This record gives sequence, structure tokens and C-alpha cells, in this order.
Amino acid sequence: MSSTDKRYATSIDLPTEDVFRNLQNACHFAVDIGGSLVKVAYCSKLHRKTSHVRDHKEDNNSIYQILEEDGYTRRLHFIKFETKYLHQCLDFIRGHLMQSKEFMLEKKNIKATGGGAHKLDKEDEMECLINGRSGVSFVKVESDTKYERIGGTSTGGGTFWGLGSLLTKAKTFDDLLELAEKGDHKKVDMLVRDIYGGEYSTIGLTGDIIASSFGKAARTDKENVPCYKDEDVARSLLLSISNDIGQLASLYCRLHQLKKIYFGGYFIRGHPLTMHTISFAINFWSKGEIQASFMRHEGYLGAIGAFLKGAEEEDTERYTWGENFAGCSGLSSSNPLLDSRERSSTFDMLELDKLEKMLQPCSLLLDPNSYLPDTVDLTTDTAAREYWIDCFSNSVDKTRDQALASQTGPDVKERAEAFKQKYLQRLQELNDNPCAYGSLTVRSLLDTSSHCLSDCLFTDPYSQLKHTENEQALKCLPQLLCKLDGLSLEELQLSLAKGLLAGNVFDWGAREVVDIMENQDFGFIEAQDKLQERPWLCDNYEEWHQRLQDKPHKCAVIFVDNSGADIILGVFPFVRGLLRRGTKVILCANSRPALNDVIYSELLILVKRVAEISPDIQTAYENGTLMVMDTGQGSPCLDLRLINFELVELMKKQEADLIVIEGMGRAIHTNFDAAFSCESLKVAVIKNRWLANRLGGDMFSVVFKYQKPQKIIAAKS
Amino acid sequence: MPWFGMDIGGTLTKLIYFEPSDMMELEQQGEKETLKTIHRYLVGNIAYGNTGIRDTHLEMSNQQIGGKKGTLHFIRFPTSEMNAFINLAKSKNFSTLACAICATGGGAYKFEMEFKQRINLTLHKFDELDCLIKDRNFPLECYYWKDADSDKPNSSNKVPFDFHNPYPYLVVNIGSGVSILAVRGPFDYKRVWGSSLGGGTFLGLCCLLTGCTTFEEAIALAAEGDSHKVDKLVKDIYGGDYSRFNLKGATVASSFGQMNIEEKREQASKSDLARSTLVTITNNIGSIARMVATTEKIDKVVFVGNFLRVNTISMKLLAYAMEYWSDGALKALFLEHEGYFGAMGCIMEYVSMSQNFSNIN
Repeated sequence: MSSTDKRYATSIDLPTEDVFRNLQNACHFAVDIGGSLVKVAYCSKLHRKTSHVRDHKEDNNSIYQILEEDGYTRRLHFIKFETKYLHQCLDFIRGHLMQSKEFMLEKKNIKATGGGAHKLDKEDEMECLINGRSGVSFVKVESDTKYERIGGTSTGGGTFWGLGSLLTKAKTFDDLLELAEKGDHKKVDMLVRDIYGGEYSTIGLTGDIIASSFGKAARTDKENVPCYKDEDVARSLLLSISNDIGQLASLYCRLHQLKKIYFGGYFIRGHPLTMHTISFAINFWSKGEIQASFMRHEGYLGAIGAFLKGAEEEDTERYTWGENFAGCSGLSSSNPLLDSRERSSTFDMLELDKLEKMLQPCSLLLDPNSYLPDTVDLTTDTAAREYWIDCFSNSVDKTRDQALASQTGPDVKERAEAFKQKYLQRLQELNDNPCAYGSLTVRSLLDTSSHCLSDCLFTDPYSQLKHTENEQALKCLPQLLCKLDGLSLEELQLSLAKGLLAGNVFDWGAREVVDIMENQDFGFIEAQDKLQERPWLCDNYEEWHQRLQDKPHKCAVIFVDNSGADIILGVFPFVRGLLRRGTKVILCANSRPALNDVIYSELLILVKRVAEISPDIQTAYENGTLMVMDTGQGSPCLDLRLINFELVELMKKQEADLIVIEGMGRAIHTNFDAAFSCESLKVAVIKNRWLANRLGGDMFSVVFKYQKPQKIIAAKS
Repeated sequence: MPWFGMDIGGTLTKLIYFEPSDMMELEQQGEKETLKTIHRYLVGNIAYGNTGIRDTHLEMSNQQIGGKKGTLHFIRFPTSEMNAFINLAKSKNFSTLACAICATGGGAYKFEMEFKQRINLTLHKFDELDCLIKDRNFPLECYYWKDADSDKPNSSNKVPFDFHNPYPYLVVNIGSGVSILAVRGPFDYKRVWGSSLGGGTFLGLCCLLTGCTTFEEAIALAAEGDSHKVDKLVKDIYGGDYSRFNLKGATVASSFGQMNIEEKREQASKSDLARSTLVTITNNIGSIARMVATTEKIDKVVFVGNFLRVNTISMKLLAYAMEYWSDGALKALFLEHEGYFGAMGCIMEYVSMSQNFSNIN
């Protein structure tokens, strides 16, 4: 997508094309030129292939038509780099901005600030939260709208840089950090050991603790002019300031009874030694009670807020912005030897994609504030992290092939290969530094893959496959429904549950299942045979069955998973069962494609095709007792903190009292421990041997987790 | 009978010598020539070797200690000169005394062996924090700075403070580093906080930045300097007061915040740098002390330690900062013998210990 930009790239050896992505399509542009850092922000019009399905039966063999169209969306880009690269970058920026038709047409909204930034720009830096550009501010945040500055200190990044410039030969902030990496502060600082000859045990100070920063540099006579290495001085300076910030932060937390601290701002900028020192200080002074967290794109807080205000003044409330994992840079590795990619310390990038919907937390969550979607934190669970990174690395070829097969054109092969390289590099980066992109979960690994695909213009690699599977499954539906109608009520209910599970066996996201599906004729019956015998790994079927003897639910919200057998042979019969009991059903599918998950636009057509087969479905769909909604998401996992607000409204309106979550991604990797204020049913077949073993089962183990509404247990205060 | 109390800190060693009024008694006790020699040497000089100094203005006569009357002399020398001190003691035949010196501070541990081996002197070690709060003279010499104002540094005056009902109070001891103790009763205290940014940091940074060689020099430089040439103020960033968060334009936003720019560095003098260093360290200590006081629910904060010696700039800054940021709820207190509390407490500890002994006997 930047093949025409080569002439600019040749003149400089900086990765500007990778950094200023899609600049030729920028519409709003802002640059803040500071003494040390340049921050660039722009909003670009982004070319996207979008796949649509159309309900036109051109021939009798096709249930719907797949169309790939060129679409456009908006993306926000935030880039930060050292001022020394300014001139090289400006050439590139100038060249590309001129190419932007939109930009030239609109001729507005260039925000150039810097130097006396306050005089030019009206945005209130503080309102957008903390910005530790020079000093440090401590801001207590109680909610999205309620916050106050509770204090500050003048000893921050500016002090580090100012004193560092006086004391060493370092020219830039990063030079200073680099010096500090190599230095030994013990040459300059006076340690407890230097005073006591050992530790000061009565008050628990070990010998290594710094008693007096720069204490050894304190001269007491005119002779013996000591000489200190720049490295040692820089390190001592970094430690003293980091320590001090950590101490003051702990004190402010103690004063205001806070337990969590988020660090942002210029001083920290993802530097491992700084973060380590601050964390250590906080842990030491709070006796482990306060948790320190660091922001990955620190320093942008002000910029994002200001830019959103400026760029999207008219409709900023109507959209949600989501991070594009494919275009963002991560933190550098904590081990400098491992970090061969200099890029992350030179250019810091953040990209936010405009999502179509306004998103809100799911109203059925027991406590949206404490809800965390992810079941396993891969930054702390080493074994799981190693397994999953390995697993995704090994399946990247299959994904690439799928992408390759989904499109035609001269550059498809190149793009597919680019996807592979991009994703593998990211996995390697995460392997070296698990925290490089903030939280690390199976969800983020899956989402990163989707983002990388989409970035290489592969919008929906599985669209054809989904189509074929939907078609085949539809053919089997009449017979299945007929068979179900012949069962006793008792048998029917177990069959519906098992059907839901059998359908879920079909999953192109599970490598081991893909092998089976590719190599043998594998149908719905075979899938049922593969299922674990009862009792299942997690088996609340009796409770569920018991519940079905009772009065019907008012409304069930079902988050569906895969296309084909899963949705058609598993979910629809189950839905029919609920409808027949008098329960309304809201079927929820992803807005955007991910793997072979059924998406909203497909589901809208599928429901009609199923209606042609099942009168119950037809009636329900017509009279509105069966509803189809989009979730606002595009992930194989489910983050209930951010779903389509219309769906949330509908759940409330219909007084939903049952939530059904189906599939590994939505019910195991995420939401397995989620607590709901209504009844919940989490159903999945574990199609990964390693995970199955870890949970104490084997391949095709079944999770059928039914829970009554949960209540908030008052926490001890 | 203890004649000496010694507090061996990271940077400075503080020595208190008790000179009995009745020298006859000394002789009756048969306490030999050596002691007299030492006595004559200490009292007859106000400087010892290259770096030892007797603070004559702090001298206290007519003091009653351990049932004896006498004069207290206050002497200090850099801990780095400990070797010279031991040599001096050796040359004055200290070893023949075969007596004990009570000592505190980290150096009491660090140099214990050396004292024993080279001059046969046993150090009676006391915990430095215990010593810090043992001085009975607290009430007599406590004062505060009235009307301290950062804008008018010369306007405030020293005013005595009645410290007869002291508890609870916070002791902020600023030596090389900083220790903060919460004292709630004669035997009830706890070290509640500490910081490595203390007097040692001030002097260390000043030496590196200005090439000065002594604390006095550093303070003298600072007295002439203007930190505004070095620091970035709120008004430098926001053009004036930042009223939204109630920050005055003159508030320091970033210490040394202008020094990353080469021309600004060229414009800043050594004294400006020394001043900024002093203000940075002092304000940091002030913030920490204020928050610790608030969390400990204590309103009297006593600042001690040699960082405050000849350092009215810092004292007034602390006085102002404590008052201003706490809306007058906190009071910063200071003591005349700011740096000698460890050494004095150490003598007291020894006295009370030996009295207990004689009571038992």
C-alpha cells in the first residue's frame, strides 16, 4: 500500500513508511515539536476490503452471495520520536501530506504546537490526565469524569534530563538512559553498607540499600578530586529520581487510601530500569499493598484527548476507538541484549481504529467494574504463555494459506507472506518481553492475528469456507429437526444440549480439529461420537435440566460461535427448543469477521434460510420473538465490557434472564469465570489437547457450566 | 564516667566532650596525665588537623550530667578523616586510658574493630535512633521560624518554642540521607520513613556541579544563587498561575527543568546551580515530611541533622512549605544543636545505663 512512496524512503534510512502509515490519506494532522520529542497525530482515511453477503440467490446452489468491496474507515495515528529525527521525518511528512487529496481539499486542522505550546493550543493538558513532561503530577481518578490533582513534585523527567545534561556528556534523553543502563550507582551513592560496614538490621535495612544518593560524591577536602564515570552518575540519577517518584506515589496513595497507581508520562517511556525502580520503591514502601502499573503509550494521554476533541468534535460521542494491534509499537524488551528491534525505542506508535458502534458494558454482568474477560494472564502464567505462543506460531502457515486461498490478484502472495512475517515477529517480541503490549492473553494473541490479517487487506479469509459449510449444514437440518421431533421431552433436552456441543466441535481455529476435518469425511454424527461421555469435565446438565422443568425464561441472549454445523445444527435447534417453551431469543453475532465465526450479516441471511426449513423459526422471526443482533466486536473471544449499545438496550428492554455463551474463545479463554446477575450457561468443547489436559480432561472434553444468578457478596472493608 | 559521646555518620562524625568543672576531682580519681593532655588539646583549640572543628557557639557550660557539673564541647570532622582521628588519638596516648567511648551511628559498627585494635578503645554502641530522641535539652532549645514566606526570605525570625509537652512529634533527621521517626512517648518511637535524598545528595551534587569542596562553600554559593535560572516554573509553562489546579506561577514545575538546553546552561552560574540543588532537596524532604506527618496524624515536625547547619535557606523553606501546603496545620520546629543529637543522646544512654547498674549494685 505504500509502493509509490519509495522515492522518499530512499533518501533516509529510517523506517518512516512503517511509522507514518497511511499518511498520504491523512485528513487531520497535528504536530507538537518539543525540545526533546516530536509528537505527530493524524487521522487517516483507511482503505479496507470489506466482505458483504447479499441475499440474492443467483442460482439454486448458493444460499447467499459473497462480495468483497472497497470500503473506508477512519484511523487515528499517534507517533512520537526524538527531535533529532525531525528533519528527516518532515521531508517524508511533507511529501505525503501533499498527496492527500482529502487533506488538501479540507485545508484545515493543522495543529502545530511546541515551544510555547500553551500559547497556541487551547487544549487543557491536565484535563486529559497526567502528563509527566517535566514535573510529576499525581491525579486521583475516581471515574471517567471525576478526578483531581492531589499533588505533585518538581523532581521528574525534566530534572533527570537537566541534571543529566549538566553532569554528563549525554546530549539526549535516550543517551542518558543508555548511559544509566551501563552504569554502577554504587560508585556514586552511599549505601547502608558504606556507613555501617554491613546491614542496619534493627530497622531492616540491608547493606545494598541506598542511604544517600550521590553521597560518595560529597567531598570533604580540597585534595583528592574524585572522578566519576558518566555512566555511574547517570544511573545514580535515574535511580534517585525513580525511587523518589515511587516513594511520593506511595505516600499519596496512603494519604488518599488508594491501592492502584498508573504511571504515564515522558520520564518513564517504557524504560525497564525506571519501571523496575519505581515498582520496587512502591512495593517496599507500601509493603506490597499498592500495585504499580505502567502505560504502554504513556505521553499520549493528553494528545489523544486533545486530538479526539479537535478531529471529531461533531460526533466523538457516537464512536468507540479500538487499538489496532498490528500497527502499534510495544515496549522494548527488559533484556537489552534480546532487543534487536531498535524501532520501539526510537519511534513509538499508537493506532486507533474507528469502530462502527458505540460500545457499552453488558448489562447482565454482575459487576462491570470488577469484570475481566480473560481467564488466564499469560504475562504471569509462563507455561501457558509458552504453549500458546508456540501454538500460534505453528499455525501461522495454515492461516496464511487460508488467506491466500481467499483472494485472487497479483499481490496476494506478497501480502499473505507479509502477514505471516508480521505476526511471527510480533509473537517473537512477545516471547522476549511478554509485557511489551500490555496485558497478554489468548484473546490478545487471537486479535493480533486478525489485525495483522486485516492490515494486509485480508478481511475475511474464511468467507468461502463459511459459505460452503453453511450450505452443507443447511442440507442436514431438515432431517435433524425431524429426528428431534420424534424424541421424548427428556431425550430431546439432552439431545439439544449435545447438539450444541457437537456443533461446537467444528472449528477452524483449533489446529487439531482442522487436521481431522482436512483429512477425513467428518460430519455432525462423527462429531457427536467424538464428544466426551458424561459426566463431562464441567457438568451442570442436571441443574440445567431441572431448571427446564420450571417456568420458561423471559428472554435468552445467545452469543454464537462458528459458522456451519455449529450455528445451524447446534444453535438453531437449541433456539427452537427455547422458543417452543415461550422464551424470546436474541442471537448475537460478531460485527466483523474473525476466523470462521459467523458474522451478523451472514446470520441475517442464515436465519431466513433456516426459517424456510423450520416453521417455528419463521414464526418467531416474523413476530419478533427471535431477534438477531450484532455484538459490535470482531474477535473470536468476547469482551463484555464493550458491546453494541443497541444490544445492551435490547437486553434491558426484553428483560433478558439467561445468557448463553458458546465456544472456546467466548466461554473458556474469556468469560469462564465471569459472574452474571442472571442465569448463565457456558458451553464449549475443548479442542486443544494441551488445554484439555491442563483442565484435567482430554481432547474433546466438554464444559457445560450452568449457573444461577449470582449476587454481590459485600466485601469486608 | 563518660567524657565523650560520638556519632559516626556517613559524612560527618560528631563528637561531644564533657569537661568537668572540677578538674581536681579528675586528679583525685587518679585519672592520669593522658586525660589532661587530651583535655588541654581539645579545649585549647578550635580546629583539629585539617578538617576538625569545634563549634564554640554551641558550647554549653554549667551542665549537670551523671551527677557532675561541667561544660559540653561540640566537635565535628568528616568521617572520611577517621584514620587521621585515630592517629591523633594514638599520638595523645589514648590507648593508655583503656576506657570506653560511647558511640552511635553506622560508623560505630563500621569502625569498631579499628578502634579496638589500634588504640585499644572499646566502643559502647548505641542505636542511633534511640540516641536521637534521648536528649533532655530538647525543650530548652527548640524554635521555629515566624512568618516564613518564600517570597520574602529575610522577613522571618527565629522564635523560641515551648516544647515541654512534646508528644507526639515527628523527628526528621537530615544527615547524609533522611530518617523520619514518629515519637509518641519517652520510650515509644518508630522509624516510619526514610529517603536517600538528603544532605549527602545536596553536597554530592554540588561538588559535581560546582567543584566546591565543603558544605560551607556549597551553602555560601547557594545563598548567592537564583534557582529560577535553572528550574522551570509553572509560569514558564503556562504563562502565569495555573489556577485550575491552584498552582502559583512561581511554583517550581520542574527542578533543573531548563538545564537540558545548552544556552540556558551557559547562563546559569555555579551559585544558581547550588541554589537549585538546595531548593530541590529541601522541597523534596518537605513534601515527604508533610505527608508522613499527615498519615501519622502528628502536627509537630522537628527537623534536625547537619544538613541544617548554617543553612537558614532550607530551614525557612521547610517552615514555609510545611505551613503553606498544610494550610497551617503543621509546624516545622528546629533545634539549636541540630546536628548533635545522636552524640548527646549517646552520652545520655550511657549515663542512664550506668546509673541503672549502680542502682542494682
